[in-house]
Amino acid sequence: MAEERPDNEAAAGPAKPESPVIEAEKPEALPAEPSQPEPAAAPARPEPAAAVPARIEPQPEPEMPLLRIEGVTRKFGNFRAVDRVTLDIRAGEFFALLGPSGCGKTTLLRMLAGFETPDEGRILLDGRDIAPVLPHERPVNMMFQNYALFPHLSVKDNIAFGLKRAGMAKADIRTRVAEMVALVKLEGLEKRKPDQLSGGQRQRVALARSLARRPQVLLLDEPLAALDKKLRESTQQELMELQRRLGMTFIVVTHDQEEAMTMASRIGVMDAGRLDQVATPRDLYETPASRWIAEFVGDINLFEGQVGAAEAGRLAIATRDAGTLYVAEPRSPLAKSVVSVAIRPEKVKLSRRAPAAEGTSAHAFNRLEGVITDVSYLGGHTTYRVKLDSGAIVRSSMANTTRIVDAYAASQRVVAWFMPDDCLVLEQ
Amino acid sequence: MASRRINRLTPFNVTALALGLAFLYLPIVILVIYSFNASRLVTVWGGWSLRWYYEFFNDRAMMDAAWMSLRVAAVSATIATILGTLAAVALTRGERFKGRMLFSGMLYAPLVMPEVISGLSLLLLFVALDAGRGFWTVTIAHTTLTMCFVTVVVQSRLGAIDRSLEEAAMDLGCDPVRAFLSVTLPLIIPSIAAGWMLAFTLSLDDVVIASFTTGPGSATLPIRIYSEVRLGVKPEINAICTMVIALIAVVITVASFASKLSRAQGENAVPL
Repeated sequence: MAEERPDNEAAAGPAKPESPVIEAEKPEALPAEPSQPEPAAAPARPEPAAAVPARIEPQPEPEMPLLRIEGVTRKFGNFRAVDRVTLDIRAGEFFALLGPSGCGKTTLLRMLAGFETPDEGRILLDGRDIAPVLPHERPVNMMFQNYALFPHLSVKDNIAFGLKRAGMAKADIRTRVAEMVALVKLEGLEKRKPDQLSGGQRQRVALARSLARRPQVLLLDEPLAALDKKLRESTQQELMELQRRLGMTFIVVTHDQEEAMTMASRIGVMDAGRLDQVATPRDLYETPASRWIAEFVGDINLFEGQVGAAEAGRLAIATRDAGTLYVAEPRSPLAKSVVSVAIRPEKVKLSRRAPAAEGTSAHAFNRLEGVITDVSYLGGHTTYRVKLDSGAIVRSSMANTTRIVDAYAASQRVVAWFMPDDCLVLEQ
Repeated sequence: MASRRINRLTPFNVTALALGLAFLYLPIVILVIYSFNASRLVTVWGGWSLRWYYEFFNDRAMMDAAWMSLRVAAVSATIATILGTLAAVALTRGERFKGRMLFSGMLYAPLVMPEVISGLSLLLLFVALDAGRGFWTVTIAHTTLTMCFVTVVVQSRLGAIDRSLEEAAMDLGCDPVRAFLSVTLPLIIPSIAAGWMLAFTLSLDDVVIASFTTGPGSATLPIRIYSEVRLGVKPEINAICTMVIALIAVVITVASFASKLSRAQGENAVPL
């Protein structure tokens, strides 16, 4: 604590003119924030999987997480909506819970807000078990998916609602509301009722209302789901900037992987109630823990095959659909003999003829011959579906870096090739 | 296509409309017109007059009965509104308790139960309890009759309000009771008002249950009218009925405006 102080003050310095109230009210939330970037990057590098369920219990003092979820389970009848989820969230983090609908991510969020009680496990906030704490007593606020604005109150009164409950002085409420209105750029609309606002404006009111109490943790349930694409993208940027400026901990629930990857510093992927992987966006995309995650996050080509011999740092995998593929030899030996080779479409290149590599070694790259069946022009890039002679499909995505027509046409014979280092070996 | 044809003012449509309205309202119109009859005989027109209105306001017994009816209606409607609203809240917001279906079924029983049966069973109860029949027995009987109507009205409104509004209020520092009072109640107030007015008019109208549960000296207006009519219809009755119709028309209009207002707000409660 003592050694952190000077560097904390230095870091908080530039933030001062923007958010003086936060500092005065939540000094305890701030110290962790400046030190956040280092641990965020550190555990990700050695082995992302190890960073997942925080097995660093023996050393609680130096980096006690703001929020610790320990083996939390929530059952509805026999159905486990949330199944033994363990997760640490540090102060100042922008964390995303990503998963398909019905995976339990919203239930987990509602447990943090206090609307659901865990059947098993504990939720610790600042080291304190918050299970017995009712929603209105938690230093946590939530932004609801449908915004849940009070239709009978004006924008101003919606934002002031939580402040009045907190017993804040009238003058302070006025200042804070004005500050929040400015923060979400709603000046001039204070007197409007929610039904006189557009979807984007309502979203801002909901955000301002949930931020007004300066919660330690802000929970956002699909905050941008109701907005159109353009507005969603600009709001993503605003949310990120806001979070950085306020130094608050944001936990966002979303089913949109692009949104999660854009905004969050770490992403937790949930499926069927379980937390499958927690990683930075890059690690999640480049080293997914399972086939399911690989397919859920972005596009991927998968080839199942038998593990063969390793040679010169290359492991041969005999696949049924694509012949023998060479992949970089994994650092730890594989436990299974049947694995999947995964390659992202943008790492699959196409050419008319097999590329003549300098190495000329057979292991230098993987090449698959086939016929293009489908060309999807998507503006920034074009996706080709190549049907291999075995009948399997390989997708290749190529950036349209020039204004020329598509390089390849349907029913053209091509070679799809990719580097062994770009392949992933997935055991499950 | 069909709807366009049905909306057009063809001679057939106009005739059908006129006959339909006449079927519904001609008796009432005749009653209202005859209430201004100067003649002593109900069926003979003797020119316009306010005589029978004057007579009514000087008829001690009728005035007492009217006052009694208004008091019973106001008190029973108020109690029914409170209980009915609580029942609606329990049914829509409460935990899914065992026997919930049975509870709601029992709540709605008076809606379909013949009034004679409700009246008779209440009479038996009051006799068994040895309760002196009068103002309170009628009031209690009317409360049981009208409560379910209030519940229906309030419950439909409550069901339309997004639960996340209450959760948002709790999230922002309200305990559950506070959340209900500061968010839900303002949104359902028009429905509660509509429910009250519905209960009020139902109580004001009722003859059957009141005749079972009332006692000597505490006749309500409908009972009084009914007993007078048995001895022959006085034109005064027409005057009273006209005033009752006017009162009910006002109350029903206000109630429907209130529930319309409530519905308009409800649409905003669920954005998008």
